Amino acid sequence: MTPFSYTRASDAADAVRRGGSGQSKYLGGGTNLVDLMRENIEQPITLVDVTGVSTGIEPVVGGGLLIGAGARNTAVAEHRLVRMSYPVLARAILSGASAQLRNMATIGGNLAQRTRCEYFYDDGGSRCNKRRPGQGCDAIDGINRGHAILGVSSACIATHPSDMCVALAALGASVHLHGLTGDRRLPLTEFHCLPADHPEIENVLEPGELITAVELGPLPVASRSTYRKVRDRSSLAFALVSVAAVLKVDGGIVRVVRLALGGVATRPWRASKAEMILLGQPATVEIFRAAAEAELSDAQPSKHNGFKIELAKRTMVAVLTELSTDRGDISHG
Amino acid sequence: MIFVNGLPAQLPSDARVSLLDFLRDHLRLSGTKKGCNQGACGACTILAGSERILSCLAFAAQFDGQSISTIEGLSVEGVLHPLQRAFVEYDGFQCGYCTPGQICSAIGMRAEVKRGIPSYVTADLLAAAAVDRNELRERMSGNLCRCGAYNGIIDAIIAVDVEVEP
Ligand SMILES: Cc1cc2nc3c(=O)[nH]c(=O)nc-3n(C[C@H](O)[C@H](O)[C@H](O)COP(=O)(O)OP(=O)(O)OC[C@H]3O[C@@H](n4cnc5c(N)ncnc54)[C@H](O)[C@@H]3O)c2cc1C
Ligand code: SF4
Ligand code: FES
Ligand code: FES
Repeated sequence: MTPFSYTRASDAADAVRRGGSGQSKYLGGGTNLVDLMRENIEQPITLVDVTGVSTGIEPVVGGGLLIGAGARNTAVAEHRLVRMSYPVLARAILSGASAQLRNMATIGGNLAQRTRCEYFYDDGGSRCNKRRPGQGCDAIDGINRGHAILGVSSACIATHPSDMCVALAALGASVHLHGLTGDRRLPLTEFHCLPADHPEIENVLEPGELITAVELGPLPVASRSTYRKVRDRSSLAFALVSVAAVLKVDGGIVRVVRLALGGVATRPWRASKAEMILLGQPATVEIFRAAAEAELSDAQPSKHNGFKIELAKRTMVAVLTELSTDRGDISHG
Repeated sequence: MIFVNGLPAQLPSDARVSLLDFLRDHLRLSGTKKGCNQGACGACTILAGSERILSCLAFAAQFDGQSISTIEGLSVEGVLHPLQRAFVEYDGFQCGYCTPGQICSAIGMRAEVKRGIPSYVTADLLAAAAVDRNELRERMSGNLCRCGAYNGIIDAIIAVDVEVEP
């Protein structure tokens, strides 16, 4: 590991002052960054610990919730308002990693975590455009069972690994940033970039810019929402396919629907095509299937991950069916 | 300065030292084990305050002024912690390599259950979780056991009254 100096930021302004220049990195729970530093994939010379910055979870005046970027994943899933008003978010977080990792991981770190593509990790032996721009991608003709089928490019087919971000995409969350030039906020669905020709650029953060919070708008129907994750083993595994969904059916008609997919795309994937088909239509399995077909219509599978297309469709239909028939407010994982 | 099992210790000057290496190589507390060194096995689980975390993905420098507990701190004057005894009684291990992590993890897990934190398999996110085998398996999934002593581990955890203080 490259030597580095370690400092702790007292607040956002202090963090940006310390981390705004050169090869410094913000340190959240460290569950992704420490691993990548050990593999020499990340080589910061300064680590600015931001776990003490913006740790609160506060209701917003007029409805909604402001979640500080320094809040631990466990603290968010544990929060009563999250469990009550945004169960999809609580369940998505709880489906990720292990309890120990969730106790460490922060919201900011979860947003900015990097892909788990095995070739990306294999610094010594594999080519990777994300690690070394322009080098080529060994996943495209390699073993790509876990890779993406949506939002891919000829340069990179890596998935964004976060479960939490899929729920945030469905909920229409926004991200608050603080940088040397001031504050800005943007929709979570615009925070992560598609790989296109530059897979090394993964999000819109400017050098030294800090994530300070994630904001959830008021969305009463979200109390009826859930997250389902399909994976190779039932716990401590990344998603092959996951679905975050909010659904309100009234008189048999879909009145509100928010859908997002994980495990299949290069960034948290809001399923807008499916939503458009569902809205105002009867809540039937046939319509659910048609919506899923539409969303996956331009999927681009690689050699080993074609199964994800049908798996994603079936999971979407299953989750929508569950939410439209289950009488409880909160459904099962 | 960091406090390990109640005793103060000087932090390393090199910021690269992980909390795990600090415990094992600097303090010679080798009860905490190194399995994968990348967050995937749970062998290095310790308690920071009452929270279970992985010492392999943390730098010792992050714990300045904080208190942590390891497996070495659980027995009091030679008397084993109730969970330690239960692991012996219910065959919660074979080789024992994962055991310190399992036990620290189980202690942290019980505190989480008391706080009312749900798990992915909890049906009602707002109700107190029933601590059945299914729940325990999910909640303990961050700790792998190469010997496959899982049934004994769950038996041991169930056997210890959930109300017993850690
Ligand atoms: C074994 C294992 C299994 C896992 N399984 C899953 C899973 O199933 N599902 C899932 O979703 N995730 C999983 N994860 C990933 C885990 O969720 C992430 O590692 C975690 O969320 C990262 O958060 P952190 O605070 O530890 O980030 P760090 O490791 O501290 O940082 C990650 C990145 O974010 C940057 N960063 C941190 N905070 C900020 C900020 N405030 N502003 C700007 N940049 C910031 C850092 O500089 C770094 O680049 C797993 C991880 C491991 C090790
Ligand atoms: S898929 Fe992306 S991350 Fe993986 S090797 Fe190719 S370029 Fe690198
Ligand atoms: S050694 Fe820390 S999780 Fe495996
Ligand atoms: S007892 Fe051998 S690894 Fe668990």
